[in-house]
Amino acid sequence: MPEHLLDIRGVVKKFDANPVLRGIDLSVDAHEVVVLIGASGSGKSTLLRTINLLERVDDGQIFVDGQDVTDPRVKGDAVRANIGVVFQHYNLFPHLSVLSNVTLALRKVHGVAKDTANERGLALLDRIGLAAKANDYPDRLSGGQQQRVAIARAIATNPVLLLLDEITSALDPQLVGEVLDLVTELKEQGSTILMATHEIGFARKVADRVVFLKGGVIVEQGPPAQILENPVEPETQEFLSRVMR
Amino acid sequence: MTSAPVTGGDGFAPLPPVSALELDRRHFRRRQTTKSLFVSLGSTVLFATVIAIVLANSPGWQIARDTFFNPDYFWSSFPKVWHGLLLNLRVLVVSVIGVAIVATLLASIRSLRGAVFFPLRFLAAAYTDLFRGTPFLIVLYLIGFGVPALGFNDRPIDAAVLGTIALVLSYSAYVAEVLRAGIEAVHPSQRLAARSLGLSHYRSLTLIVLPQALRKVTPALMNDFVSMQKDVGLISVLGAVDAIRAAQNLTALSYNYTPYVVAGLMFVALSWPFIRLTDWISARQQRREQMGGAV
Repeated sequence: MPEHLLDIRGVVKKFDANPVLRGIDLSVDAHEVVVLIGASGSGKSTLLRTINLLERVDDGQIFVDGQDVTDPRVKGDAVRANIGVVFQHYNLFPHLSVLSNVTLALRKVHGVAKDTANERGLALLDRIGLAAKANDYPDRLSGGQQQRVAIARAIATNPVLLLLDEITSALDPQLVGEVLDLVTELKEQGSTILMATHEIGFARKVADRVVFLKGGVIVEQGPPAQILENPVEPETQEFLSRVMR
Repeated sequence: MTSAPVTGGDGFAPLPPVSALELDRRHFRRRQTTKSLFVSLGSTVLFATVIAIVLANSPGWQIARDTFFNPDYFWSSFPKVWHGLLLNLRVLVVSVIGVAIVATLLASIRSLRGAVFFPLRFLAAAYTDLFRGTPFLIVLYLIGFGVPALGFNDRPIDAAVLGTIALVLSYSAYVAEVLRAGIEAVHPSQRLAARSLGLSHYRSLTLIVLPQALRKVTPALMNDFVSMQKDVGLISVLGAVDAIRAAQNLTALSYNYTPYVVAGLMFVALSWPFIRLTDWISARQQRREQMGGAV
């Protein structure tokens, strides 16, 4: 039985004949924040999507909380119900109010009574400073506010693991801060987070471990100080010199 | 913690061979697929059996079978009904071309901007409202019997020609609305980007907006086409000897309704490839837009 909260072993993913992940081994412990960096197409997003079974792996195993989620006998919906995901483009449901977006999974997946769910949802919205917008529809909110609501929606069910997929890439620069502050807050409260990001500065500040991917393989991983300041591999050095310029 | 440097032919290590575990998973999934296939096959056979038993035990089955499914009449009526269907096909081809032209014009007029074009827009809107609201049979009668009554022509006009005109008038109104929905579904920024390049209103419509609009409404257009395929049969009420009229003539001689079944089967056979094509196109569109591969 693996003791890590998330244990990825030899995961291969191909789109048609193109390998996107070429045998990934990675583990994340409870309360750890692991940041994936790498160029577009390096496999960061695909890796996140295989974990909550939005993509089926072509080989290897993924253990979440000790359960092999790649076993075909495992119910995907049950796995996904325990993992929170935030997407680059928020993907809030435009026909539902902000509060309904946040409480939807509580009510319809976890069977929480409406009153209890609303109470929880309002408390969450209060925490992210958007309680006043509870009954507004998502299109009335700024990008940063929408992304904060998306994070609230993802954590409303107390998932064991949070997957954040380039959550600030679609935001105006002045809105990035408010979203990253919320992630920092989640880390302080002990959430387990695996995130893909282009925000190297944020990775340095918040990550327990930084993982550099290239061409579907992990080139190098370690504490942010080591990977971001003194990378060993020339490929990591090259990538960092480009994004830090 | 550093993993080994990765090198190989294309700069990457070759993929590891497929593990026994993965082979086992694939085997399990195949078994599941086979199992659900058998379940659906079994339920289909059961359903068909029940229907067959109910039919065979109905009191009038013998008479119904001889009147509607008589093999002798089936084969003897086949050539005449087929000959009629060829007229339907000709009418269909001409109507489709006519509808494509008229509907595109109508939709373009309705998407014109500016106060100058108000009368045009109003006329186009009135046209679509009128013809979408009028039952097709009434349009057929009005054109088929009303136009000859005006007496412009010395010789009678072919019923198939009048039927084609009625089809074009009626279906253009529907198709124009579908096209307009498509034009409006193309994001306004596309039009702005086209105009920013210096393209005229007309050229940005034909080069940028319409191609995208068509892609969005292809399934709806195909649906209208399939519907039109069988509505060409209605020109028989004007006296054109199409598949249905041919069947009617044969039935009048024998009091056996098998020729209608023959005509019906031919229309089904005619529409079937297009129905499948529509399904295939919608499925492909969905595949393209779908992001989650597994859900």
